[in-house]
Amino acid sequence: MSKELIRLTDCVVKYDDEVVLDRLNLYINDKEFLTLLGPSGCGKTTTLRIIGGFQKPTSGDVFFDGKRINDLPPHKRKVNTVFQKYALFTHMNIFENVAFGLRIQKRPEKEIEQRVEEALELVNLPGYGKRSVDSLSGGQQQRVAIARAIVNRPQVLLLDEPLGALDLKLRKDMQVELKKIQQQVGITFIYVTHDQEEALTMSDTVVVMDKGNIQQIGTPQDIYNEPKNAFVADFIGESNIIDGTMPEDRVVRMYGKKFACLDGGFAPGEAVDVVIRPEDIDIVPVEQGQLTGTVTEVTFKGMHYDIIVDFQGFKWLIQTTDYSPVGARIGVKIDPDGFHIMKKSRYSGMFGDYSSYSSEYDELNEDTEADDEE
Amino acid sequence: MKKNGLFSRLLILLCFLFLYAPILVLVVFSFNASKSKAVWAGFTLDWYVELFHNGMILNALWVTLAVSALAAVIATVMGTAAAIGFRNLRRRTRSVCMTVNNIPLTNADIITGVSMMLLFLLAVSAWNGSLGRMLGIKWNMGFWSLLIAHITFDVPNVILSVTPKLRQLDPNIYEAAQDLGDHGFHAFRKVVLPEIMPGVVNGLIIAFTLSIDDFVISYFTAGAQTQTLSMVIYSMAKKRVSPEINALSTLMFAAVVALMVIVNLRQARQDRQARKRRETLSAQ
Repeated sequence: MSKELIRLTDCVVKYDDEVVLDRLNLYINDKEFLTLLGPSGCGKTTTLRIIGGFQKPTSGDVFFDGKRINDLPPHKRKVNTVFQKYALFTHMNIFENVAFGLRIQKRPEKEIEQRVEEALELVNLPGYGKRSVDSLSGGQQQRVAIARAIVNRPQVLLLDEPLGALDLKLRKDMQVELKKIQQQVGITFIYVTHDQEEALTMSDTVVVMDKGNIQQIGTPQDIYNEPKNAFVADFIGESNIIDGTMPEDRVVRMYGKKFACLDGGFAPGEAVDVVIRPEDIDIVPVEQGQLTGTVTEVTFKGMHYDIIVDFQGFKWLIQTTDYSPVGARIGVKIDPDGFHIMKKSRYSGMFGDYSSYSSEYDELNEDTEADDEE
Repeated sequence: MKKNGLFSRLLILLCFLFLYAPILVLVVFSFNASKSKAVWAGFTLDWYVELFHNGMILNALWVTLAVSALAAVIATVMGTAAAIGFRNLRRRTRSVCMTVNNIPLTNADIITGVSMMLLFLLAVSAWNGSLGRMLGIKWNMGFWSLLIAHITFDVPNVILSVTPKLRQLDPNIYEAAQDLGDHGFHAFRKVVLPEIMPGVVNGLIIAFTLSIDDFVISYFTAGAQTQTLSMVIYSMAKKRVSPEINALSTLMFAAVVALMVIVNLRQARQDRQARKRRETLSAQ
């Protein structure tokens, strides 16, 4: 990719004794779409605020284009932000909102008019200048916030969960549109979200964070196919994570049986976490199965069924288009490329068991997460 | 239910009658042609005319308006600044500050008045005994002590009316201005102040109303030479009961009612707007 634009080295943020960021190291390339992804309280918003200049790291350095900018106040940074609740100025009309930054720069009136109209066209709101903020829907307010930031031609646009308040349909449309805007204006986007699907859809690079630490940095494909630890595997998509060992390269042992896989490079007999994605499991008749289990729960999801299968007390999630009734004995077959082997980490054993699985519980979780993020 | 409806309506009517009967009598008798407080002798505006020929009353009117306006403006600036400061504190410190702020509101006026009088007396004698004597400037309780007292009891009320507006404010609004290249007081004036302006203006009007209204605290802090309208009414009522008092009281009552109506109408309109804004935000 292109050259490096922003670098954070050893950034620590502490409130009293609470460590919000723990020695964070990250570099961001010019013109890339980078997403900071993680659950609430993982430090992703704090990282964004450090880049925006609203938060000073307790220790560590921030570099922009090679210059240290720790002490540069926000109004002098070539960075603009789209805030979570938009932070539009409700006493001004749309035109004045978008023109705010240009007026501070004391641009000539003609240029202001032209650039504001261009920005409004970019976000699909041409001619909306005279409207009041209150007369717009949430999705439109969101676009105004983007126009207000982009009109200043920043080198970097920071977006703090900008789609959090929108409904699902609108959110999907905006994801596509945001990506389009980013390619059109050709600047760096740094995007904060707790929604893994959003991150995978839009990003060039995804940074998965938890508890103030970066868990993994990579392309969406890397993050999904080659998660580094149980946290990433569980947070990105659905994963069954099973204890296993690696007797030799390309062979993994679990449930007392050997399976062929594609991974290697572990010490002989090393204990590992084995990740199997629910969609990589084929259901076969019992006698052909590498493993056999009992179906304990079936949920219809539209395109597929989510079925929970008990394998000797450890419950797996399997996504399949074939219906198997509760109580049925089934066999499963997993191709070698369906296994992903991870080294043990501090997250081992915390994720990947679907014993307490419930589809409603999942949705509840997502809602509360969106609310208490600050 | 219907029977109950009639009964409760009657009850409300009685309640209002009890509440407003004294004021009604006052207003009616301010237009009475005779000095009697019992006999209606016909309509007249004489007492109002006389009121505006009474030098003492006009002087007190001037003092009252000057103190109220000055105190309201100064308290609004101080109270708004304090409310913003409170907002930026940590939650625990903030709740301590709010409690401290609320104590003067519930404290008995007479205690506030007496304690301020004592403080001012102490300050005056300390000043006159030391630096004042050297400089040849003698200080007495009067307009300035009255003004300070009024500012003191106005500030908590301003804080109380600005705080809710700050709570409704988008937490990132000031940062948004900074982000777009603005900073310092200019950014505050451009984006924060307009958003909280309704609360600030309400605070100003409430402070002004309270100052016009106040008797007890003024009585103790105004010194010997300065008098506010309410103090004039009190002293007139002690000497002889004149219908002029009725006229003066009616005018003050009308002024205060008018201000309170303005505040309430403003608040109702703002609530409606806030509700509308919330609806558009949640209706997506």
